[in-house]
Amino acid sequence: MDQQREASTFGMWVFLLTEIMMFGGLFGAYLIYRIKYYDAFVAGSTSISVNWGFANTLVLIGSSFTMAMAVWAAQKGNRKWQINFLILTMILGTVFLLIKAKEYYDKYEECHIPGHIIGKGFNAWGGCKLDDPKLGNIAEEMQEHARNSRRPVPADAFVEQTAKQTEIFFSFYFAMTGLHAFHMVIGLGLLSWLLFRAWRGQFGPDYFTPVELGGLYWHFVDIVWIYLFPLLYLINRTRTGI
Amino acid sequence: MADHSSEHSHPTPGLYLVILTCLCVGTVLTYFAATWEMGVFNPIVALAIACTKATLVILYFMHVRYSSKLTKITVVAGFFWLLILITLSLSDYITREWALGQ
Amino acid sequence: MPEKHYLNDNYGIRSWLLTKDHKRIAILYLISVSVMFFVGGIFAALVRLQLLTPNAELFQRDTYNKLFSEHGINMVFFFLVPSVPAILGNFVLPLMVGAKDLAFPKINLMSWYIYIVGAAFSFAALCAGGVDTGWTFYPPYSTGYAKTPVTLLAIGVIFAGFSSIFTGLNFIVTVHRMRAPGLTWGRLPLFVWANYATSIIMILGTPVLAITLILLALERAFHIGIFDPRLGGDPVLFQHMFWFYSHPAVYIMILPGMGVISELVTCFSRKRAFGYPFIAFSSLAIAVFGFVVWAHHMFVAGISTYSALVFSLLSFAVAIPSAVKVFNWTATMYKGSISLETPMLYALAFIGLFTIGGLTGLFLAALGMDIHIHDTYFVIAHFHYIMVGGMVTAYLGGLHFWWPKMTGRMYPEAWAKLSALIVFIGFNLTFFPQFILGYLGMPRRYAAYPPEFQVLNVLSSAGASILAIGFLLPAIYFMYSLAYGEPAGDNPWNAKGLEWQTTSPPPTHNFHHTPVVTEEAYNYGAPEEVPVAH
Repeated sequence: MDQQREASTFGMWVFLLTEIMMFGGLFGAYLIYRIKYYDAFVAGSTSISVNWGFANTLVLIGSSFTMAMAVWAAQKGNRKWQINFLILTMILGTVFLLIKAKEYYDKYEECHIPGHIIGKGFNAWGGCKLDDPKLGNIAEEMQEHARNSRRPVPADAFVEQTAKQTEIFFSFYFAMTGLHAFHMVIGLGLLSWLLFRAWRGQFGPDYFTPVELGGLYWHFVDIVWIYLFPLLYLINRTRTGI
Repeated sequence: MADHSSEHSHPTPGLYLVILTCLCVGTVLTYFAATWEMGVFNPIVALAIACTKATLVILYFMHVRYSSKLTKITVVAGFFWLLILITLSLSDYITREWALGQ
Repeated sequence: MPEKHYLNDNYGIRSWLLTKDHKRIAILYLISVSVMFFVGGIFAALVRLQLLTPNAELFQRDTYNKLFSEHGINMVFFFLVPSVPAILGNFVLPLMVGAKDLAFPKINLMSWYIYIVGAAFSFAALCAGGVDTGWTFYPPYSTGYAKTPVTLLAIGVIFAGFSSIFTGLNFIVTVHRMRAPGLTWGRLPLFVWANYATSIIMILGTPVLAITLILLALERAFHIGIFDPRLGGDPVLFQHMFWFYSHPAVYIMILPGMGVISELVTCFSRKRAFGYPFIAFSSLAIAVFGFVVWAHHMFVAGISTYSALVFSLLSFAVAIPSAVKVFNWTATMYKGSISLETPMLYALAFIGLFTIGGLTGLFLAALGMDIHIHDTYFVIAHFHYIMVGGMVTAYLGGLHFWWPKMTGRMYPEAWAKLSALIVFIGFNLTFFPQFILGYLGMPRRYAAYPPEFQVLNVLSSAGASILAIGFLLPAIYFMYSLAYGEPAGDNPWNAKGLEWQTTSPPPTHNFHHTPVVTEEAYNYGAPEEVPVAH
C-alpha cells in the first residue's frame, strides 16, 4: 500500500507541475506588461479593494490549515474530525468565493470589466455612473491621490491615458483570479467527494491517500493565491504611489 | 524499497498551528510593507515574503520536507522551468529598446 | 497463438470502452488516431491539388487558407503528438519494464476519452466551416478578425493537450516506480528512455499552450485584450507563449520515433546499441535544450536582435544531441548482421531523411539565412522531412515491428516492403522540390504562385499522390492480416526485450510470472544467437 501511496503522491506532484506551468505562463505575461505599463498597473491595483484581498488571503490560509488537519485526522483514523475539518475547509473555500463574487460585482458596478461584451463596457476615465461620476473613475482617483499626498498633480491627458491602459491590468486581474476561482470550484467538488467518502468511513491509517492528494491540490491553489495577492493588490500602496 | 523518510510521522497539529501563525504574520507583514516607501525593494520584499509563505506551505502542509528525494527534485524542477519561461521571454522585451537605440 | 489473450479475454463494446488494460487502450488510440491521420491527409491532398496550377483555380484563397490550417492542426495535435506515445508507448512500455499495466490505468482510459472529446471539437469546427488562421493561431487575426470557428478548435486542441499530459504523467510514474526486479535505469530499452524524455516535455510544455489558447479564446469571446494592440497588448507575446510549447512539441513528436529507431536498429543489426548511455542522455538533453530555443520561430516577428542572437546560438546547440543519436545508430549497424525486413527499411529511411531534415534546420537556425527562407517552402520541406520522413517513417517502422506482438499476426512481408519503397519514393518526390522552391522564394500558405514555380509544384503534387498510395497500402494489408495473416510466434524477430518474453498477443496481465532482468539491454551477439526468423 505504501508503494501505491508513494506512486500516487508522485503522480499528483507531476500533475501539479503542469498547473505551475499553466499559471506560470499567465504570471509571465503579467510580468511583462507590468514592466511595460507600470503606472497603469499601479493605478489598477490601487482601485481594487486591498481589504477584501487581505481578508481572502487569511481565509485561504486558514483553509489550508484545516485541510492539513483533515489529512492528519484521516491518517489518525479519526472519522469525526476528518469530516469536521473537511467541512471547515469547504466553508472557508466558499467564503473565499463569495468575497470574490463581491469584488467582481464591485468591478462590474465601476465599469472596470475589460472588453465590451460582459459588463457595461470598460470606462476608467470618464465616470461610468451618471449619478456618481467618481465611481470607478481611475483618472480622477490618481489626481486626488496626488493632491492628498501633496505631490504635483499629473495632467489630465496623462491620467486619462493611464486610466485607459488599466484595461490590460484588469484583463490580467480577471484572467488570473478567474482561473484561480475556477480551480477553487473544482477543489470544492473534490472536497465534497472526499467528504462523502470520509462519511462512509473509507479512510484510516492504512488508506488515506485520496485525502492527501486532495490536500496537495488544495494547498497548491492556496499557493497560487499567496502570489496573486501581492502581485495584484499590492503593486504600490505607498503614499507617493499613483 | 521502503522509503525511510515516509516512515517519519506527519507533522503534528501543533506544528501546523505554528506554520499557520507564520503565514498569517507574513500576510500582515506584506500588507504593511506595501505601504512603506522602499523604492525598488517594494516588489522584492513582496516576492520574498510570498516565496517564504509558499515554501512553508510546500514543506510542511504539503509534507515535502518528509517526502522522497524524487518528490523534492520534482518540485524544484517545476519552479526552475517556470524561471526559464519567464527569464527568456523577458530577455526579449528588456533588450528590445537596446536594439532600436542603434 | 495463445488460447486466452487480451483481445479475446472479454467481449462486448463495454469491455472495450470501459477497459483499463493499456493494450486495449492502445488499440482504441490506434483507431482514433488513424482516423485523424486520414482527415489531415485529405486536407494535404486538397492542398497539393490546388498547387498543381499557379493561379488558384481550384479553390478560392479563403478556402485554401482553411485547407492548410486544418491539415496542420489535425496532423500536429491529433496525429503526430499522440501517435507513438499513445499507441506504441501505451502498448509496449509496460511490457518493456515488466509491469502488469501503467501506474494509473483509469487515468490512461480517461486520457483517451479526453482525446476523443478534443477530436469531436475538431470535427465540430470542421462542420462549422473550418479554421483559416494557420495551425499557429496568430493574433491579431485569430482574436479580432477571423470569422471562422477558432474558439471551437482551440478548445479541441486544449483537450488533445490534456490527453497528452495524462499520458506523459502515467509514463513518468510508471518508469520511476514500476520497473521489474533487476531492471535498473541503465538496462532500460532506449524506447523507454525516449518516451520518458517525451513525457517530461509533455508535462512542462503543454500547460503553457493551454493557457495561451485559453487567453486567445477569452480575447475572442469577451474582447479581454492581452494580445490586442488597440489596448496596448503585444501580439508577439502570443508567439512567445505559443512557441514555448510548440517548439518542445516538435521534440514530443520526434523523440518517441527516435526511440523506435533505437529498437529497430539494434534488433535488425543483431548488435547491442553503440554508445547506449549517449543515446539515453541525448534524449534527456533534447528534452531540456528543446525548451530554450523557441524564439527561432520569431526571428522576423520583431523580437530584439540580441535575444534573437541568443536563441540562434542555442538552436545550433540543440542539434548536437540529435546528431549524437544518428552517429550512434550508424555505429550500431557497423559490422552488424543486417537483415532488411520492413521495419529495418523504415529505420534506414529514417536515418537518412531525418539527417536531411535536421541539417536543413541548421540553415533555419542561422539568423541571417532565416531572414530569407523564413515562411517559405524551405521551412515546409524542413519540417516535413523530420515529421514525415522522420516521425511517420518511424511510426510505420514501429507499427510493423510490434504488429505481430499486438495482434498475433504477421503482415504480408512482400506488400509491406513494396509500400515502404513507395513511401520513400513518394515522400522524396513530394518534398525535395519544396527545398528548391523555398530557396527560390516561394512563400508558404499562398494559394497561388508565380508560373515559373509550376514544374516543381507539379513534381511535388505527383509525389504526394504516390505517397498517398504508400500510406493507404498498410491500412489495407494490416486489416487483411487481422483475418488472414500468418500467426506470429512469441518472438518472430528473435528480439531482445521483455515484451518478446510473453505471448503474441500478450495475456491481459502481460506476464504469467513477473520477469526478472539479469542482462543489459540489447544483449545480442551472445553465443547461442539465432538469426531473425523471417
